[in-house]
Amino acid sequence: MIVFDKVNKWFGAYHALVDVTETIAQGEVVVVCGPSGSGKSTLIRTINRLESIRSGHIRIEGEDIHRPGIDLNALRSRIGFVFQQFNLFPHLTALQNCVLAPVHLKRATPTEARERALALLDRVGLAHKAGALPTELSGGQQQRVAIARALAMQPRIMLFDEPTSALDPEMVGEVLAVMQGLARDGMTMVCVTHEMGFAREVASRVLFMDEGRVLERATPEAFFDNPQHPRARQFLADIRSPFARAA
Amino acid sequence: MRFLEMVDTYWLFFLVGQYPDGPLGGLALTLVLAALGLLLALPAGLLLGLARVSPWRWLRWPVTAFVFVVRGTPLLMVVFWAYFFLPSITGHKTGQFSTMLIALVLFDGAQLAEIVRAGIQGLPRGQMESARSLGLPWLAAMRRVVLPQALQHMLPSLVNQFVTTIRETSLGYIIGLAEVSFIATQINTLVFIYPTQIYLILGLTYFVLCFGLSRLAFWLERRLARRAAPTPLPSTP
Repeated sequence: MIVFDKVNKWFGAYHALVDVTETIAQGEVVVVCGPSGSGKSTLIRTINRLESIRSGHIRIEGEDIHRPGIDLNALRSRIGFVFQQFNLFPHLTALQNCVLAPVHLKRATPTEARERALALLDRVGLAHKAGALPTELSGGQQQRVAIARALAMQPRIMLFDEPTSALDPEMVGEVLAVMQGLARDGMTMVCVTHEMGFAREVASRVLFMDEGRVLERATPEAFFDNPQHPRARQFLADIRSPFARAA
Repeated sequence: MRFLEMVDTYWLFFLVGQYPDGPLGGLALTLVLAALGLLLALPAGLLLGLARVSPWRWLRWPVTAFVFVVRGTPLLMVVFWAYFFLPSITGHKTGQFSTMLIALVLFDGAQLAEIVRAGIQGLPRGQMESARSLGLPWLAAMRRVVLPQALQHMLPSLVNQFVTTIRETSLGYIIGLAEVSFIATQINTLVFIYPTQIYLILGLTYFVLCFGLSRLAFWLERRLARRAAPTPLPSTP
């Protein structure tokens, strides 16, 4: 469904993605992990062209999405993106956040969009907050609205860029539960996350990245129990006991 | 001539110029010029500001150049350009009022463009990114997501610029436009013995206009802020 073919990305003199070649099948839940600055976020941002690439190809359902002249807005409307910082529109209520794009892009009449948005808010457990402004919601609630907003466009693929990293610990669970529900329904998902519990439970595959390269690709069991690459072993040791290195 | 006698003779001249026997002038003309200037400069500034941050180079570069040139020029110079340069390309003389209006719209449009640009760029990038990631085109994302937030942040700077516009209308004097400063000078020439009082009244007039506008804007800003603030949740016993 998503095919990376020798993708290279540079930020100035910095080689952010190095010859990334990878195939993600429909219905897969892929967790991308790795140390900060390893290119995980950059990688998923290239999937809906929030970032451009220098060379190589990314194909979604066979279509080369970095080809010039492609209908960027149509592409993006088929791909949901959830940001670390939620990025809800603060001047709109939760419901209005979910209705804006579908109505503007004529995917639905205002009535349909409203009904679907309410159903989605209900699905993320926030039907009772439909009229609330983002400032009236907790971080976890905002992120769940952000997921509902992305789903309102009825995407084929959902991308998550560290969706729980900006949350207080007690709110992480509610967001992961929503993501788990999505995965169970067969959504194709690519998640950049450090939630190893989520990766173990939900992911069909784990990609480990460092310095712009995908160093390891494995099932969660294989990755967590028997990591092959030395960098992956080091990374897992670091996140399991953050104090070990200091000691 | 006593002071009150002077006021009695010239107050109408001060307010409307030679109107209705001649063209409108005085304070009324100043108000009309300022209002029209604001009304036209705001959309001009908005469009120029949007062009300054637009992703299209063919639009961004010429507008940026224009804004830089105008912002690097005193208003007086823009007035002179409009006064001497416009007729030489159009072939016929532009009236003093139109000249001043064109100069104001060009000059303030460029200033407002920078306010608009700063307001837009001051918002977190994530707002534009998340709007675009939903599939909204650039202009729609701007109009529905970025501008409603940015305009509210810009309000104080916009008002500042509006107040400046009122004061700038006095430069119409230099091309003989019969706005309130010009009329005051004429009255002073005719009466001759009360320059201090006349120019104090003139100064006070500008002050009342500008102060009034900024108070109005302050009130508006507070109202907007209150509307944007979270409505209190019903308290549970």
